[in-house]
Amino acid sequence: MSLENISIKVETAGVFSVGNVNALLSEIAAGLAKVIATGETTVIDLQSLPFAPGEYEQLRQTLGQGEVTARIEAIGTSEVIETRCPGVWWLTHCNIEGDIVADVIEITAIPEILKSQPEDVCAGLDRLNAMLSQPAPRND
Amino acid sequence: MADPDTLEKRLAQQGISRRAFLKFCTAMATLMALPPGTAPAIAAALAKAKRPSVIWLSFQECTGCTESLTRSYSPTVESLIFDMISLDYHHTLQAASGFGAEKSREDAMKESYGKYLLLVDGSIPTKDGGIYSTIAGTTNLDMLKQAAKGAAAIISVGTCAAFGGIPKANPNPTGAVAVSDIVKDKPIVNISGCPPIPAVITGVLAHYLTFGALPELDSLNRPKAFYGETIHDRCYRRPFYDQGKFAKTFDDEGARNGWCLFELGCKGPVTHNACATTKWNGGAGFPIEAGHGCLGCSEPDFWDAGGFYKALSMPATPLTLVTGAAVTGAAVGVGISIANRMKKGAAKSAHQTATFTDLEK
Amino acid sequence: MNAMQFLAWVRGPGLDISVGILLLGVIWRLLEIYTLGRKPDLAPARRRAGASGWHTLYRRSLPAPGGLSRSPISYVGGYTFHIGLAIVVFLFAPHILLASSLVGLSWPGLPSPVIDGVTVITLAAMLVMLFDRINKPVKRYLSTFEDYFTWALTFLPVLTGYLAVKHLLLPYATMLAVHILCVELLLIALPFTKLFHAITVFGSRWYNGQINGRRGVPV
Repeated sequence: MSLENISIKVETAGVFSVGNVNALLSEIAAGLAKVIATGETTVIDLQSLPFAPGEYEQLRQTLGQGEVTARIEAIGTSEVIETRCPGVWWLTHCNIEGDIVADVIEITAIPEILKSQPEDVCAGLDRLNAMLSQPAPRND
Repeated sequence: MADPDTLEKRLAQQGISRRAFLKFCTAMATLMALPPGTAPAIAAALAKAKRPSVIWLSFQECTGCTESLTRSYSPTVESLIFDMISLDYHHTLQAASGFGAEKSREDAMKESYGKYLLLVDGSIPTKDGGIYSTIAGTTNLDMLKQAAKGAAAIISVGTCAAFGGIPKANPNPTGAVAVSDIVKDKPIVNISGCPPIPAVITGVLAHYLTFGALPELDSLNRPKAFYGETIHDRCYRRPFYDQGKFAKTFDDEGARNGWCLFELGCKGPVTHNACATTKWNGGAGFPIEAGHGCLGCSEPDFWDAGGFYKALSMPATPLTLVTGAAVTGAAVGVGISIANRMKKGAAKSAHQTATFTDLEK
Repeated sequence: MNAMQFLAWVRGPGLDISVGILLLGVIWRLLEIYTLGRKPDLAPARRRAGASGWHTLYRRSLPAPGGLSRSPISYVGGYTFHIGLAIVVFLFAPHILLASSLVGLSWPGLPSPVIDGVTVITLAAMLVMLFDRINKPVKRYLSTFEDYFTWALTFLPVLTGYLAVKHLLLPYATMLAVHILCVELLLIALPFTKLFHAITVFGSRWYNGQINGRRGVPV
């Protein structure tokens, strides 16, 4: 009998809340107020919180999906979405193997990682200039 | 060399963009339990960081700590080894063996004298000159003392190196001791746990690499970022403890409802570790979430703390003096009552009847 | 010695020694008292033999006529403290666990928040009793070192237990160990001080009643 033939019955734990979702929503509300007032960014690290089984999914459901989805391929995939609440961005960074290395909520106008970085822009310009200075290929 | 061997330069040479580097630093901030907004500061610090030499000495251990390290997700072990540190010696992970391996260790120690990071896992036997664990003919005791001389700092990985661990448990036949019992003149970080959470091991290394200094430590020299809270204070089952809802046996109604495991011997209230928040296996869960009480594995002498399934309010060892005390009490009681009766009898026989005429005398 | 070793000691050898001394002392003193014996009382009992014993147990548990208005604090405080202490000691889940591991018996307990409230009331009652003892001139005059010492020995376990459950004052492992140590000190002192009334109170009231049941006036 191989491993695949062993039947597995999955029982979901069901959601029981210990109050993390509401507390986080309050923190997000405060962060939004700060962005509106001073433009200051707030970042919440979700991996440091003691979620009860089901609460993480509950938070996902509550915040939902907004208008923007972005995907970054840089040493692994990072998924960036704006939630149903504008200004509240959920960033999930994965490494090359697909494991989550960072899971954060940023309350800001635009997450820093979505912007093109000055060093990369300079490097890109160098490459473009190098391409332009080469003689054009002949079309014979 | 014109260009210093910094991490930023090496990543740029590998074609890794600044954006990717920023993502890496965000992951590092999470790993080191730093506020996530410090990613830019980490990026700035790492940009200038140079690769320190790391020597890993394995003593009287089960290799569980190395196994834990190789399960770390972020940064991956490979990237940690090749990008951020220069792991010059590690029994399990290195390809070399024999005299060649020992020679490369000695060379690395000599070249980076005073600057290399010494990682130790396993306890050090001291009985009979420390003969119970040797590497290449040298006792662990001697090797540790020699390696500690040129180390910038020592990191004790695992409860065995930090506090003595299972070899030190009763009756400790090899005279096992912790690293800090032998080395007294170097900064020591204890990353305790049996094994420690992989992210904690790499987090401390990452902190040292980024900031060039050891993180803030508690009274047992454990990094406060990971060992500052008890499991109990961050446990998601705490509301059940506060309400007095306890599981009585494994798999009973209370256990199925996820009630507190205090009565089943959970040592969460007295154990400092990051299991309740950082969790294990990439955040999949931790022992209490799987339905088993905390063993207290990051605390000293947890093997001798009175049994994993005995609640903290229960006796740690069986009572042995009870029968003897009862018998002694009975003997004393009987003895004193005999003395009392004799006194009574003596008083009775010494009693002289008096008549009215006697009183007049 | 660090906190875990301290805790392991009080849960291990400390408990062993203190329970041993408690048993030794209790058996010794009980034997001492009961082997003394009495001469047979040849007067006939007024009611059924032994009836006065039970009756006196009941009657002496109530305040004497006029006693409640003269010293309400003694009665109200005393009862509150004793009942509260009994509830906290015997109906709190970790204590029931301890009992089941020592003697094998188990019984249901009360919810922890209820025990919390009862503990606070018990502590308050004990403090009121202490202040009354110091403030009332007669009580103060009658009080000796032993009275204050036994008060402290009884107060400290309740206080340190509360602090431990609430994770106050000291780190939990140390606070729990201190609580267990205070209980052990109480156990050691119990057979050799006035605290021994815990064992002898009902026997002595019963016996007093029995004697008086054969005297001229039933008291």
